Amino acid sequence: MIDLLSRRLLFVTGKGGVGKTTVAAALGLLAAEQGKRTLVCEVEPKGDLSVAYECGSTPFHGREVSARLTAMSMDTEASLREYLKMIARVPVIGRIGPVAKAFDLVATAAPGVREILTIGKLCFEVRERHYDLVVVDASSTGQVVGQLAAPTGINELVRVGLVRNQTDWMLDILRDRQVTGAVIVTTPEEMPVSEAVDLASRLERETPVGLACVIANRVLPELFSTREELVFDKLSSPRMTTQLAQEAGLDGAAIRSVFASARLAVTIRRDGVAHLDRLRAGIEDSVPLLYLPYLFGRAHGLRAIRQVARSLGEEM
Amino acid sequence: MSPPRSTVRKRAVSEPVASETAIEIEQLVAAKEVVVACGPGGVGKTTTAAALAATVAARVGGRVLVLTVDPAKRLADALGIGALGNEATRIPTSAFTAVGVRPKGELHAAMLDMSESWDALVRRHAPDAGTAKQILANPLYQNISRRFSQGQDYIAMERLYELHEDGDYDLLVVDTPPSRNALDLLDAPARMQEFFSSRLLHWLTIPYRSRLVNAASRPFYSVADRVLGSQLLQDLADFFILLQTMRDGFVARADAVDRLLRDVRTTFLLVTTLEAVPGREASEMKAALASRKLHLGLLVCNKVLPTSLTDPAAARAADVVAEDAAALSEKLAPALAAKGGSAGSDEEMTPVVVERVLEEVAQSFSNFRQVATREAELLRELSASHDVTAIVPYQAGHITDLAGLLQMGARIWGETPTEPGRAKR
Repeated sequence: MIDLLSRRLLFVTGKGGVGKTTVAAALGLLAAEQGKRTLVCEVEPKGDLSVAYECGSTPFHGREVSARLTAMSMDTEASLREYLKMIARVPVIGRIGPVAKAFDLVATAAPGVREILTIGKLCFEVRERHYDLVVVDASSTGQVVGQLAAPTGINELVRVGLVRNQTDWMLDILRDRQVTGAVIVTTPEEMPVSEAVDLASRLERETPVGLACVIANRVLPELFSTREELVFDKLSSPRMTTQLAQEAGLDGAAIRSVFASARLAVTIRRDGVAHLDRLRAGIEDSVPLLYLPYLFGRAHGLRAIRQVARSLGEEM
Repeated sequence: MSPPRSTVRKRAVSEPVASETAIEIEQLVAAKEVVVACGPGGVGKTTTAAALAATVAARVGGRVLVLTVDPAKRLADALGIGALGNEATRIPTSAFTAVGVRPKGELHAAMLDMSESWDALVRRHAPDAGTAKQILANPLYQNISRRFSQGQDYIAMERLYELHEDGDYDLLVVDTPPSRNALDLLDAPARMQEFFSSRLLHWLTIPYRSRLVNAASRPFYSVADRVLGSQLLQDLADFFILLQTMRDGFVARADAVDRLLRDVRTTFLLVTTLEAVPGREASEMKAALASRKLHLGLLVCNKVLPTSLTDPAAARAADVVAEDAAALSEKLAPALAAKGGSAGSDEEMTPVVVERVLEEVAQSFSNFRQVATREAELLRELSASHDVTAIVPYQAGHITDLAGLLQMGARIWGETPTEPGRAKR
């Protein structure tokens, strides 16, 4: 039993294309089903989250997807606006127009500003207890370390000012392993596993956030036991496939295509298992590793998310 | 349209007849000087770029350079570009001959070192050595050049331009950084121009003291000072003032980079798998290339499942096997057992086990058939209008050496190479 969902803030990350959004959306759905008020936030608003939940756009101020489940997209400008309004108590909101424009330029040049506003907004939701759990569809491996390290890093750049004063409470939330955790998603392939292993150690070394679990997505089922594989090998011989075709009244080439596909399935699975072994060896023993099955069916949107949520529930 | 090559190279009798794809690719690379590999992340873009470069060097000839951004460590080691930064290295002919290939040309490889490239750019465009030194030492600059992820696109294009200008190579194959947005790359030069032309940059670089009395900017600075602290703002202003000195050089350069991308000698290689998400991104990328009137010369679909999976006769066969598994296993079990084998095999070949194997085989076929059907649909969509499409079938394992790259190249060329004695797991 893995108490992933008892935390308050989860950052779901991994190499691009491994299914981060799917996993984040499924974790959110699962938590909401368990009675938790849940916020799922897409940090890079590409619209994948709204596709996953089939819910139209997911604005910064959130959209209720289903009971207890809210989805939002990060918008650092909106986050700045909210921050100025609430914390800096900037009186004239109308004046923020030019600030927002200038902000984009400043944020591009001053690293950490955009990141701190992202992390700040997420930590804020946790601190204010608007939700029981905040699931973050975070940036991919390339950027997530910089994001999570921003509160620490900003202290080096900003020596005074309100932002600096704000980083301490954020760090309290991020550092607490009971409260915050990172979830690395990967697939049983060369590069995603290498990046996952690398990220696991970078998270520990360079960020305040601890690794809560690793999820291997799109894992193919094991087709045969050792004994069955022996039978399969023999059945695949030209003599046996010919006999099978005769007995079944089928074309030999068609039967061989069917067997070739099973052979390919075995090969892909075996290839993947080698990568999963590398993954297990590359992360701390104390970090749980969950497996999600490959979805063969034409599953999109909520249907796929529900399937993944169910598998996750079983794995936990 | 690229002109046909005047001579078609002679092939040894044992070699397969050149496929149409091979002829088209060879014509394409003969007519172009720059190939920009783009596509979604995780589809094998870097490997495909390297495979294309290696195969062109082997079969077409000339000096070919592959510029990679973030190669898998083992691939980088295989290409000898482990820790060499921006320096290009030549893959020795002996590496080709060791795998039974006599290359017609030379293969060179280089890795893109982000911070080194930024530094070089600053040194080139700064008005004098003193300014360059100040910029390089600025803490904000150091942060940006190492962490500014969008800058990677620009740097990749900038390096490409520089290498093209140097004219040392007949063909440059450049791999592109994984972008959050596939289009970032195409817009990188324009964004750089925009950055330097913006009023805001000008506004931020007004000398600090006059800002305090400037009515227009006062609200911004009073807010920004409170939020960010005046020190950061001062640092920023200093940095922007330094950057301004490089403006002309940068803008002119970005313009030139943009022209190179649109040049008739440049073509794009779009790499993708036929999975749903990368497929969608690739299709957007394709539309983006078309709307910018950029030349898409080659589409490589990687890790594609075999077409036999969508063969209706095979599907029928799988259905029959699934339905009649029990009866068929009764008939097959004796023949299997009679084949002999290891001790105790008689027991293993019981009809029950055979039945389960047959069911699994049939089930696995229909599982993968669903995936292959989706892939076929996506392929039809993607390959509707472009110059050349290459299909690279799914291969177990990962390419980590020149032999693997050349093998992949042969597949891009449309051949089904015989497996050389690669170590089995």
